[in-house]
Amino acid sequence: MLLNECGFDFYTGVPCSVLGNIINYLSESDRFMYVPATRESEALGIAVGAYMGGKKPVVLMQNSGLGNSLAALTSLVLLYRFPILLVVSWRGYLGKDAPEHLLMGKYMLDFLKVMNVPTRVLSADVLEEQIVDSVRVLAEEKVPVALILRRGVVE
Amino acid sequence: MRRYDAVKAIVDCLDDEFIVACNGLISRELFSVKDRTRNFYMLGSMGLSSAIGLGAALARPDKKIVVLDGDGNMLMALGILATVGVFLPKNFVEIVLDNECYESTGGQDSASPVTKFDAISSSCGFRNSGFVDSLDDLKKMLTVFLNSDGPSFIHVKVDRGRVSVPRVSISPVEIKNRFMRELES
Repeated sequence: MLLNECGFDFYTGVPCSVLGNIINYLSESDRFMYVPATRESEALGIAVGAYMGGKKPVVLMQNSGLGNSLAALTSLVLLYRFPILLVVSWRGYLGKDAPEHLLMGKYMLDFLKVMNVPTRVLSADVLEEQIVDSVRVLAEEKVPVALILRRGVVE
Repeated sequence: MRRYDAVKAIVDCLDDEFIVACNGLISRELFSVKDRTRNFYMLGSMGLSSAIGLGAALARPDKKIVVLDGDGNMLMALGILATVGVFLPKNFVEIVLDNECYESTGGQDSASPVTKFDAISSSCGFRNSGFVDSLDDLKKMLTVFLNSDGPSFIHVKVDRGRVSVPRVSISPVEIKNRFMRELES
């Protein structure tokens, strides 16, 4: 997995069907830890603690969980400048999904932009460059970076 | 017992342990009692002090992490106790200072008067869980728990009311940097 090769060694989050295979892979591996959080804000808190303990953490969540994460992002991750990688699924992409996903699917990118969170919508053909570039932004700017994952881009 | 005195008693029991303190008056009182580079003052993000403590405890199993929480923070984040129960870190101690209200915002009632936090933690698998309502018992229990394998949990009933304490005057980035330097060493 590309993320491991880039040094990310601590994973936490709340599942989404789009992220299901990735989380199954992480949970079954004994090479790194996956912490199943009870909510997305909790995952951000755990990631912050792990980062201060020397880990390179990744938080995985469905975009619906971004709403749950707002206070944690603004008054913890952005305030203290924690470079945490977020992998966020894009439910509601192009307005084609179950009704509960449509509004967050529509507003998600604006929402991240308003908060000044560097965001990359992942594409299979440039995946490696996108991740390497995100690692650079995390290290240089000490801010969270959001990678947006549409269904089918990564298996 | 006054919460300020409880914070003081806890700090007196500690040596090189790390403290993650929740937002509001508990961070401010800890800062006033004894500012240490091993203190992480959580200024916002209410409810996440125990999550931050858990992440640090999992990343550094060789360091003891003590979370100083209030009833409001704990009620907002009861789910974290289940997450702790999955990993049962031996180096994790959670202390809830419960005054049954949101003191930092003016003393509005919280939902904690009938909540047995220690029983909840025990149900989630914590190895040690206890309830205290006096300074002596707090010091005794904390000393025992600090010398035992965790995770440990102390529910401390404290009085309502506040003493006058300044705000934490260290910048968030500096709070982070000095805590990280200590954890690295």
